[in-house]
Amino acid sequence: MQTNPTGLKPKIALANSRVISFHVNGIPRMVDVSPWVSLLDALREHLDLTGTKKGCDHGQCGACTVLCDGKRILSCLTLAVMKEGSEITTIEGLAQDNHLHPLQKAFIKHDAFQCGYCTPGQICSAIGMLSEGKANSRAEVQELMSGNLCRCGANTNIIDAIMEIKNAGGYE
Amino acid sequence: MNNFNYTRAKNIEDAVLSVSQNSDAGFVAGGTNMIDLLKYNLIHVTLLVDVNHITGHQAVTENADGGVRLGAFATNAETAYHPLIEARYPLLSRAILAGASAQIRNMATNGGNLLQRTRCYYFYDPHTPCNKRKPGSGCSAVGGYNRIMSILGTSEDCIAVFPSDMCVALATLDAVVTMQGVDRTRSLPFAEFHRLPGNTPERDNNLQPGEIITSIDLPANGFEKNYSYLKLRDRSSYAFALVSVATGLDLKEGLINEARIALGGVAHKPWRVKGAEDFLAGKPPTPGNFATAAEIIIAGAIGYGHNNFKIELAKRAIVRNCLMALNPESQRPGAHPSL
Ligand SMILES: Cc1cc2nc3c(=O)[nH]c(=O)nc-3n(C[C@H](O)[C@H](O)[C@H](O)COP(=O)(O)OP(=O)(O)OC[C@H]3O[C@@H](n4cnc5c(N)ncnc54)[C@H](O)[C@@H]3O)c2cc1C
Ligand code: SF4
Ligand code: FES
Ligand code: FES
Repeated sequence: MQTNPTGLKPKIALANSRVISFHVNGIPRMVDVSPWVSLLDALREHLDLTGTKKGCDHGQCGACTVLCDGKRILSCLTLAVMKEGSEITTIEGLAQDNHLHPLQKAFIKHDAFQCGYCTPGQICSAIGMLSEGKANSRAEVQELMSGNLCRCGANTNIIDAIMEIKNAGGYE
Repeated sequence: MNNFNYTRAKNIEDAVLSVSQNSDAGFVAGGTNMIDLLKYNLIHVTLLVDVNHITGHQAVTENADGGVRLGAFATNAETAYHPLIEARYPLLSRAILAGASAQIRNMATNGGNLLQRTRCYYFYDPHTPCNKRKPGSGCSAVGGYNRIMSILGTSEDCIAVFPSDMCVALATLDAVVTMQGVDRTRSLPFAEFHRLPGNTPERDNNLQPGEIITSIDLPANGFEKNYSYLKLRDRSSYAFALVSVATGLDLKEGLINEARIALGGVAHKPWRVKGAEDFLAGKPPTPGNFATAAEIIIAGAIGYGHNNFKIELAKRAIVRNCLMALNPESQRPGAHPSL
């Protein structure tokens, strides 16, 4: 099926589907969704932003983590309609002017992934965690990143990458 | 998940009216339990009423009596990290932060946390009998695989555990839950909010259909000097409790003036035994006295086979957590809770 650039899918409109608008990665977007469509599916299936991953679809893995108004949330347990008017940031929105986000660079440098499936969620989650400002030690970073599972077991390197950015005092 | 309609409630009255006029309507707050259950087709709604845009009941504020009010729609993260809670109710802060993950705590609300459903495996499996899901169908956990189930306050009809961490601290602190219906507002002491399964396990709590939780009030005493929350689980983070313990101690001249102990992971509601707290009052805070209190709390516990280990685990956890409460600085978050 064709997806037009607005994310409005012309076919299969259910009676109660509606056009909602929000900002995704700084760009105003509109999607035509039924209330039961998750934010994750709206991003992936309607807006073709497939960087955000579906792992479990039940809140248990963190692969679908995105930032909503700056806070890390799980897009699989969020309905798209609940976020009308919000500012969503996904992995696609992190690089600026062809420069990778410092955390993306750190993940590459520290070999912080194998298959890469958990990586978009890990990076969005790490950005949320650093802005929360509640982790003061490596152990606390580990604890506050525990909502992102890595099936490949890259966890040690993931924490190394995050610690590098954290110890450098953030990235702004 | 079935298709449904969606509306944003502007205020409490609006929300209550929408849900009370339609028996197939439900509230959604953080959505972390509601949307999950909808996806498993364990709940069917024709209308979902979003309470996140109601103004008011979003904040954590001081009450005139010296206590603190938690808005029902404040998130678990906002609550745990609120300066008033960190400073005066660190036990609550710890318990919230021991639950779920940072992402889920950013979404989950205080009201929703009280109303989360059990994690009993059979409750989630529509192909098996479960009295909580389908009254009268039987309980698959009694005689089935029951490692995570209750050891206290069970009935023949249900041995499920209420899985909240936050609520174990709220029970310890003697919180009060306020709810609003179409024609009345009422409050319940925390101990009377959740129910034991009895022969109506389909009812987790005493909230009536159409009622909405608006706030949770904490009395002035937050036991901020001597407190501890210990959560024991299969992996060291992002897992539900097998056994958890919240302890608040008020010490005077080396003796226990007042003790509060509540358990999670062992019953259909947070478990507190007044007899044990009375026993500790006036006594020195020794391992021996805490062990006797643990025996009083666990008296009458029944194992169902796979969960027999919880009886001994709970006793040891109580003693360990009460000792940790004597030295709260020794606690660390998550994986290695000290001692
Ligand atoms: C993977 C995972 C792991 C978890 N681990 C833990 C854990 O370790 N410890 C723990 O304690 N919890 C854990 N949780 C549960 C989580 O804390 C709850 O799902 C959450 O607190 C529910 O809040 P919510 O706002 O998202 O509720 P929702 O999902 O929005 O609602 C839950 C229920 O409450 C009703 N409701 C919500 N607000 C109100 C209100 N104000 N008045 C009346 N009715 C209302 C809804 O209609 C619904 O029936 C976990 C959840 C997940 C998905
Ligand atoms: S323990 Fe309760 S929730 Fe679990 S199967 Fe039995 S009745 Fe259902
Ligand atoms: S896909 Fe959302 S938590 Fe696994
Ligand atoms: S890199 Fe494969 S799951 Fe994390």
